[in-house]
Amino acid sequence: MDFPSSVGEVTPRTLRLDSPLLLRSGASLAPVDLVYETYGTLSPARDNAVLVCHALNASHHAAGTHAGVARSNGWWDNLIGPGKPLDTRRFFVICMNNPGSCFGSTGPTHPNPATGQPWGADFPVVQVEDWVDAQARLLDALGIDTLAAVIGGSLGGMQALAWTVQYPERVRHAAVIASAPALSAQNIAFNEVARRAIVTDPDFYEGHYLSHGTVPKRGLRVARMIGHITYLSDDVMASKFGRELRNGHLAYTTQGIEFQVESYLRHQGDKFSEYFDANTYLLITRALDYFDPARAHGGSLRRALAAARAKFLVVSFTTDWRFTPQRSREIVKALLDNRAEVSYAEIDAPHGHDAFLMEDPRYHGVLRQWFDRMARSLSGAKELQA
Amino acid sequence: MNPRGDFEQIARMVPAGAHVLDLGCGDGSLLALLRETRGCTGYGIELDDAKVEACVARGVNVIQRNLDEGLSLFQDNAFDVVLQLETLQHLRRTELMLQETVRVGRIGIVSFPNFAHWPNRLRVLAGRMPVTRALPYQWYDTPNIRVGTFAEFEILARQQGLRLREAFGLDGGRRIDWRPNLRAPTAVFSFERG
Repeated sequence: MDFPSSVGEVTPRTLRLDSPLLLRSGASLAPVDLVYETYGTLSPARDNAVLVCHALNASHHAAGTHAGVARSNGWWDNLIGPGKPLDTRRFFVICMNNPGSCFGSTGPTHPNPATGQPWGADFPVVQVEDWVDAQARLLDALGIDTLAAVIGGSLGGMQALAWTVQYPERVRHAAVIASAPALSAQNIAFNEVARRAIVTDPDFYEGHYLSHGTVPKRGLRVARMIGHITYLSDDVMASKFGRELRNGHLAYTTQGIEFQVESYLRHQGDKFSEYFDANTYLLITRALDYFDPARAHGGSLRRALAAARAKFLVVSFTTDWRFTPQRSREIVKALLDNRAEVSYAEIDAPHGHDAFLMEDPRYHGVLRQWFDRMARSLSGAKELQA
Repeated sequence: MNPRGDFEQIARMVPAGAHVLDLGCGDGSLLALLRETRGCTGYGIELDDAKVEACVARGVNVIQRNLDEGLSLFQDNAFDVVLQLETLQHLRRTELMLQETVRVGRIGIVSFPNFAHWPNRLRVLAGRMPVTRALPYQWYDTPNIRVGTFAEFEILARQQGLRLREAFGLDGGRRIDWRPNLRAPTAVFSFERG
């Protein structure tokens, strides 16, 4: 086994779609810019492409670094690279920024062609299925007919799942990690609190804050704090912060930062409000809420997934209380009932929902074996050198 | 133990093309053997992280699950064959698992260490606990929470209303049909709903 390394410096590229992207809501977008990165080399048979789908607050920058930017490692850099579980010496990896996001693809900060002003709150509501359509358009442009695999965690896992039924003949394998077949009421509730925090910020201006030259930072901060709490497990918070005081003694304040956990949450909130767009947060949490493939099939997930032809890997984490193992098992059960090819790993990792971004050896071990076997099945694949 | 030989004896009992559930499937080698030699499909259930990884490496469908949680993931009559090889002795709820086996599958096949194998009897007569190839553990650190005999399983199967299809012993891949309760380190039963 070679020592794993980084894909190195990467440069995002942009694909412009001139013909409209039709959305499930009935609206359409045109033109659409899709920003994406690729790592590795497409094989002559064009059969080694792996599509990585990003979750709520990530982007197309999944691996490697950006030239001249300190600490700019991609969000899944521990998974993607030469000698890493998703090995770029054998796979051609693609990660695209979804429309509605704020990292370069067409989204609410871009000008609305109708007005010349930023879209803001008028940006159309996008759904997971719309993103999958946009990703398929990118693959068309790259000349990739069939994916070796699609992989994603959380909201990315929902996209991976949607891929298998929207384009069943274009996906050979799908990894659905720390995800769910639809959000629970509790999950939608968390999203709603985050949205209310943003919408009730006086700087929000009904979503047209950019035209007013402001940013609803207070709302974004609180939204991020809520998110963070739900992504971590109680145990991780206890071991990371416990009841530790910042200054070692009670200061008898009600508004200052006294506990380390408060300091951490505020810091995360501050950071997030500097770079994330508020309308994007509303749009993406809505896409999470709406995802429910069973809905069109009388509530039957089994029937919703009947069209899937991919070999599945479903992964959950025992301490994830935002996307519990029980939700992953619902996906697994629907696939079992259809006699689909599926493996399921329930990883006993302490990190909560965030575990899907971490380098747990059991988690990465399963992914490594899954991709290794896939690589050996590709045309012209060479056996791994021991 | 001769797992390969034992596997082949058991694989012979699985109809070609069967849809199989293997409870406690280990590294997936039996499912891989059934896939390659008999065109079977199906899934394994396994709790151990390293074994789950080994199944994934083999391309064997594996579901990571504790068998004591039952088989609620599976529909009635989902499988032609449900295998329980060397797992029965680790389960807390043996009776429930036997009922679940005939609920989700048409045929159940179990194998387990036969405590009544004659060397074990001699050892117990000498006042000690057996330590053999089939029962390789000391009494104080064994993962086996049940010890049973060939004869006892016949009684249990009757109590549970199961209909026995085949019953024999195995010794290092050799089939033992004559007095297996005395002569076989491993007991094998194939059964269906009564």
